[in-house]
Amino acid sequence: MDNIILQSFAWIGLLGLIIGASLAVAAKYLAVKEDPRIGEVNELLPAANCGGCGYAGCAEYAKAIVMDHAEINLCAPGGTDCMNAIAAFMGVRATATEKMTAIVLCCGDDEVAKRRFAYNGINDCAAAHATAGGDKACTWGCLGYGSCARVCPVNAIRIEKGIAKVDKTLCIACEKCIAVCPRHLIKLVPAAAEIHVLCSSKDKGPAVKKACSTGCIGCRLCTKFGDEGAFVMDGFLAKVDYSIPITKEEVIEKCPAKCIVKD
Amino acid sequence: MQTIKSPYNFRGGIHPAYNKKLSNGSAIESLPLPAVLSVPMSQHLGAPAKPCVKVGDEVKKGTLIGAQNGFISAPIHSPASGKVKVITDVATASGRPCQAIVIECDESNETEFLPPIENWQKSDKDDLLTRIGETGIVGMGGAGFPTKVKLSPPMDKPIDTVIINGAECEPYLTSDHRMMVEHAKEIRIGAEIIRSILGAKTLRIAIEDNKPDAIKAIEDAFQDIEGDVAIAVLHTVYPQGSEKQQIYAVTGREVPSGGLPMDVGCVVENTSTTFAIYEAVIKGLPLMQRVITVTGDAVQKPANLLAPFGTSYQDLIDACGGFTEDKPAKVISGGPMMGFAVSSLETPTGKTSSGLLLLSKKRVSQYSSQACIACGRCVEACPMNLIPSELSQFIEAEDIEGAEEIALMNCIECGSCAFVCPAHRPLVQHMRRGKAAVMAKRMAANAKG
Repeated sequence: MDNIILQSFAWIGLLGLIIGASLAVAAKYLAVKEDPRIGEVNELLPAANCGGCGYAGCAEYAKAIVMDHAEINLCAPGGTDCMNAIAAFMGVRATATEKMTAIVLCCGDDEVAKRRFAYNGINDCAAAHATAGGDKACTWGCLGYGSCARVCPVNAIRIEKGIAKVDKTLCIACEKCIAVCPRHLIKLVPAAAEIHVLCSSKDKGPAVKKACSTGCIGCRLCTKFGDEGAFVMDGFLAKVDYSIPITKEEVIEKCPAKCIVKD
Repeated sequence: MQTIKSPYNFRGGIHPAYNKKLSNGSAIESLPLPAVLSVPMSQHLGAPAKPCVKVGDEVKKGTLIGAQNGFISAPIHSPASGKVKVITDVATASGRPCQAIVIECDESNETEFLPPIENWQKSDKDDLLTRIGETGIVGMGGAGFPTKVKLSPPMDKPIDTVIINGAECEPYLTSDHRMMVEHAKEIRIGAEIIRSILGAKTLRIAIEDNKPDAIKAIEDAFQDIEGDVAIAVLHTVYPQGSEKQQIYAVTGREVPSGGLPMDVGCVVENTSTTFAIYEAVIKGLPLMQRVITVTGDAVQKPANLLAPFGTSYQDLIDACGGFTEDKPAKVISGGPMMGFAVSSLETPTGKTSSGLLLLSKKRVSQYSSQACIACGRCVEACPMNLIPSELSQFIEAEDIEGAEEIALMNCIECGSCAFVCPAHRPLVQHMRRGKAAVMAKRMAANAKG
């Protein structure tokens, strides 16, 4: 009896020694040499793994920076601090990028925008959009079924009163929501910008009014009362030119549809 | 000529409540000419027609107003004499906006038809095909595929069997049924024209066994016809009217995955389409009107109305005595299985509008869907031998390639799976979304080269 136990210990111990020794040899001769800087750059990145830089996660981006000299200003969540840290470490010059944020260009929530019918299908914006063109009377506005909120890696989007809202402080500008929105309502804008035209309807005024009380009717008052060039018309829709700083905040009062909003 | 009970039956399918009694006894009535018709430019599969009249133009009944725009497309003719009021966008039954020519009708009833083709038996096959093309005939069963294209198969795909589809398996609808009862003689001539164009040996008229009066009428009209002709009496099961299922039920041939009926030597034409071919060739009439069943428990007097294209649903309902006391909770263009719920009664009819179904609140259920319980009923019901439960879960997880691998594109969107699902999962909606995603992916791949 004792003999079997002792024998087993001996054999297992011997096996362990042999395998351990071969692993030690393999670790020495088959080792893959990796640039140690990759690990260190990876440490500097925020580990959000959002993919917003265009690489499959932070480790891949770190590798690209070290090996392929990729641009170091691509990390949206890390922002300027992260970029400066990488610049110092890699000894390259940093070109600052403006911090951007996603914004939903629609303010037609369920209180002001009508719905044409009761949609009772899949809880997904693309599916709702494909059902008779969407239940919202406005064919441009946010449907509010939350496809963008579900893809957001940092939970920056929530649905309020039937439309999506982006929390600027959380948004990392990874553009995932932009890709998923079937109505192409979500755009990247400078995070510092405070005044926006929250409407995407290119319909003529009367058609807009029929569907939603806060839709842009194309009256052009903002182009008259706002700063020179800050508001531009795209057909019957006013848009903000974010390259021009807005000083005259009275446009918010002047807009008859109340779709110019400060946040 | 004989009547045969079909020995084959496709796998799967369902038995919904047919509710055809509401309207299958009422003879086809002509709708009084509406004051205004908004004729959509997209009443068929393929590219929408291009308006070829201007605002203010006088048009006659039969004047070409929309020109064919590409190979898979069809021309559109004015269904009444009058004046073009405006050319604008309207919402069609599927909900997508589409250009439409709004015609203010007058009483003059002037016509502009094509010359009848005398002695069609002796005329050239190409002349007959041209006539079917220029009169804008498309498949009136629902898909709206241009008939001229369907009747011009490539040389290497000879057609030996023509099937006239009078199954009308969709619950509530009776327009094809009434056509067969009242216009069997015309359908016979239409069927003979199709047979001669394709040079097919065999002709079958497929009718479900729940329409004995239609079988009788067709038997009488086809009695002395020459050649291999038979009425195939099919089991009453949904979707018996679907092309692939019907070919199997009538001939025992199976259309290969991703293939077309011509791959097994068959062409299936709907009865209303066959009647339209008769009118185009023998009378020179362009396709301008069709029979549409207005039915359901929320309409006073269900009827089969012969209405010009562009008639608004409101005009059809008015002609049927309006709503009953229970206002409709759901208005469906087409039948309950494959139709589209519409949100506006201003929606105009078109070449594929076979029915208008008005259901009161007690007939409409609002479900909230639950998770799949893996019971397998959808698998049993699927007439295409697919696994709807698994397909829908792939699509829900955005794994479109995975769904494509298990033959998502073979789905015919008949709705049998969703009908039997005890968890009320919106399976057809998932399939449609998945198919749209696959098509978008293929288009992108094609664009890239």
